[in-house]
Amino acid sequence: MTDVFASIAFYTFGLVSVGGAIGMIAARKLVHSAIFLVVSFLGVAAIYLLARADFLAGVQVLIYAGAIMILMLFAIMLTPGQVEAAGRPGQQLAAALVAGAFLVMTTFTLMGTSWPMAQTLSDKPTTEAIGQLILNRFVLPFELTSVLLLAAMVGAILIARED
Amino acid sequence: MIEYAWLIPVFPFAAFVLISFVFRPWKQFSGYVAVAGILASFLLAVPVFQQVLGGAHFEKALTWLPLAALPGGGGEAPALQVGFLVDPLTAIMLIVVTAVSFVVILYSQGYMHGDPGYSRYFAFISLFCVSMLGLVLANNLLVLYMFWEGVGLCSYLLIGFWYQKPSAAAAAKKAFIVTRLGDFGFLIGILLLFSRAGTLDFTKIEGMIAHGQFDAGFMSLVGILIFCGAVGKSAQFPLHVWLPDAMEGPTPVSALIHAATMVAAGVYLVARTFPIFEAGPTALTVVMVIGTITVILAASMALVSNDIKRVMAFSTVSQLGYMMLALGVGAQGAAMFHLFNHAFFKALLFLTAGSVIHALHQLDEIEPGRSQDLRYMGGLFKHMKITAITMLIAALSLSGFPLITSGFWSKDEILAAAFAKGEYLVWAIGLFTAFLTAFYMFRAWFLAFWGEPRWDAGRVGDGESGRIGASELRTQNSEPARSPVHTPQRSHGHGIHVHESPWVMTIPLMALAVPSILSGFWGSPLAGSGGFVGFLEGSEAEPLNLTVMGLSIVAALGGIYLAWLMYGAKTLSPQKISAAFGPMYNILYHKYWFDELYNGVIVQYGVLGTAALMKLFDTIVIDGAVNGVGKVTRSAGAVLRQVQTGRLQNYGWAMYAGAVVIALAAIAGQFGR
Amino acid sequence: MFALTLNHFLLLGALLFSIGLFGALSRRNAVAILMSIELMFNGVNVTLVGLSRYVASANPLLGQIFAIFIITVAAAEAAVGLAIIIAIYRDRKTIEVPDFDLMKW
Repeated sequence: MTDVFASIAFYTFGLVSVGGAIGMIAARKLVHSAIFLVVSFLGVAAIYLLARADFLAGVQVLIYAGAIMILMLFAIMLTPGQVEAAGRPGQQLAAALVAGAFLVMTTFTLMGTSWPMAQTLSDKPTTEAIGQLILNRFVLPFELTSVLLLAAMVGAILIARED
Repeated sequence: MIEYAWLIPVFPFAAFVLISFVFRPWKQFSGYVAVAGILASFLLAVPVFQQVLGGAHFEKALTWLPLAALPGGGGEAPALQVGFLVDPLTAIMLIVVTAVSFVVILYSQGYMHGDPGYSRYFAFISLFCVSMLGLVLANNLLVLYMFWEGVGLCSYLLIGFWYQKPSAAAAAKKAFIVTRLGDFGFLIGILLLFSRAGTLDFTKIEGMIAHGQFDAGFMSLVGILIFCGAVGKSAQFPLHVWLPDAMEGPTPVSALIHAATMVAAGVYLVARTFPIFEAGPTALTVVMVIGTITVILAASMALVSNDIKRVMAFSTVSQLGYMMLALGVGAQGAAMFHLFNHAFFKALLFLTAGSVIHALHQLDEIEPGRSQDLRYMGGLFKHMKITAITMLIAALSLSGFPLITSGFWSKDEILAAAFAKGEYLVWAIGLFTAFLTAFYMFRAWFLAFWGEPRWDAGRVGDGESGRIGASELRTQNSEPARSPVHTPQRSHGHGIHVHESPWVMTIPLMALAVPSILSGFWGSPLAGSGGFVGFLEGSEAEPLNLTVMGLSIVAALGGIYLAWLMYGAKTLSPQKISAAFGPMYNILYHKYWFDELYNGVIVQYGVLGTAALMKLFDTIVIDGAVNGVGKVTRSAGAVLRQVQTGRLQNYGWAMYAGAVVIALAAIAGQFGR
Repeated sequence: MFALTLNHFLLLGALLFSIGLFGALSRRNAVAILMSIELMFNGVNVTLVGLSRYVASANPLLGQIFAIFIITVAAAEAAVGLAIIIAIYRDRKTIEVPDFDLMKW
């Protein structure tokens, strides 16, 4: 029973995220694109929950749908007056072809591979486990990421300030 | 000693190397080294000759380059060989070449004294001796051809010795190119022969011919082609045009190369390959016809020439014609006998001419070339007795003065052979030309040594009527008042100091006068066992035909007498006679316009036309191709660079498209397996 | 069809990625392109999470850790990218990507 609910939920939220994605690329106005993207991100957060990645879902909402999209909206606000003209049909067709080919190829590859499936699927909450992993095994990438964030911050401020 | 005959060319070669690389700065020594070299050759040639006289015969060869067997040829694989052969023919040539070369090189020390290119002269002339001696020692056509080209090269170098003079440079080029035409036919003949015979050795080919391996048609073809080389080298009609111009070189060069030795190489070639000609009668007829035409053609041009060296040059061509004529009627011995004699007296004639030119060299300051002009000579006998007498001996020999001169015996031998073979027209032409020969020779002698001196400025003596053609660089008679150059005084014999040449020049003259008389006796009835011809061919000489001999004597004496009447005693007036022969005189003076014909047709149309075509080809095709490569690269670049749009999204698109392609290829590869 | 399997996640991930790819290659506005790139990151994350849950490995959380780091880096990249866009806007008053073709032949 839960399986059925799970799959229905998956299709629903999958549709939401894909729909948001398509809306994002099709929207005329930039702000509309941003909102659609937010919707898509929220859909993806729900998908994470269905995969029992509760911490990740939280992070997704906080960082992606929250901080990053705010950043985008600020940028949109600070660069006004852009007329989003339609892309040239030739370019769009070419892009569509490549994207479509990529989709087909990836799908066939991924779904064609025989992955070694796990025996049991755990349902435990992940936050504590992730915390343990980050601070024990993955402490180096963690520290490096913080350095990276510092650099990004300094860089962004430096590039964007008026002088 | 005979097995060391190969050393004979080595001594002059050593001289050449020494002069070129060691002795160049010390000019005096260059002369000595050259003389030493050729003297050594002569000293070795004499005992070799004696051995051959006694019946010796020697051949030695080394394999140089083995070749693959020809598919259609004989069974044995051919090879290129180098070797030398000593038989009577070679021995005669060795003596002639070494003796005359020695005398001329000795003489050159006096003649070329003070010339800035002194060392270069002796280096080249030594190199020439190497080539000529190698040529006569060769045992196969390949080695002969190599040295053939060698003499051609040395001739070019020596004709153009004074290369700053444009006419000399042009003459050298002309000589080389004209003889090249002949050499081309020669080479084709050699290749043709080699393709069928598989060898180029004289003895082997002679054997093959004796076995009847080749048909007459093939032999005639090869013979005619080989004769082409002889036509070029010996200045026969129609390739005779280079020899008169070759007089631009120093006179000793003319004496050695263009009288005694190199031009005789053509005769030697035909004699050496005579079995081919005997087996191909058509070729022999061609030789005879060409020889006959040349004989009278050249003699006729000598009649009216005013340049003493040119008279000698035409005379050489004519005498070579006699030799070819003799070969053409099958009298190989008579031809070589005449070659033997001619070498000595013709060299002597040139050297005496050189002596005269040397004495009159101051005339060149008035006008270049005047020292060679017969119209400005005269009365030199009392100033240059030795030169005058030796030239007289040589002139008598050339004219065929009966009994005591060598020229008489050999020329008579030729005419007798022609008569005996039934070629009456040929004999008649030869006889008439003998008359002409005597005439023009003594005309020159009388004009130079007899009568009143004409070498004070401004007076043209009782020479020709003075009609001038474009091909002689003489100006019209100029009166002293109009002459811009300071002229010596007009009185007889004063003004220019004329004197006999130094000892180093007159001793060779006297040395050569001896064989001019004596060498003939070898072919006379006084010599035993068949004489010269017997030595050469191993057969008996023709019995004496007294009628023919008598007629020859009449022709010679008649020519001399006519010349005396016109130029010695001045009984007949040359001007009146040349006026009477008006148009004929003009034709002869312009040398039948051969030079103009060749220049107009071959040079202008052929050579320069082809050059213009080639230039067009070069500009359009070659430059077009090269520029085209550049243009294509530019165009391709212009097209291909459109890929670099500078737009980010295009690059991104290309990246992903590439990734898709690679992935597809990998998948397809998987499926294939 | 009605049971949630690995393939669902993989397909969703591929779909999101491709849509993002299309957007990145065809839109004119630089900010829009950045948003499309964020979408591509999301697609990758979904794939990783799916694999993390269903595939046998030493630690079932490895995929999620990877996804967390991806999100972190994406944030940093978005910040710097937008700063650049703002700087460009200040200079040229336009952020239409096709107009920036200084590297053209």
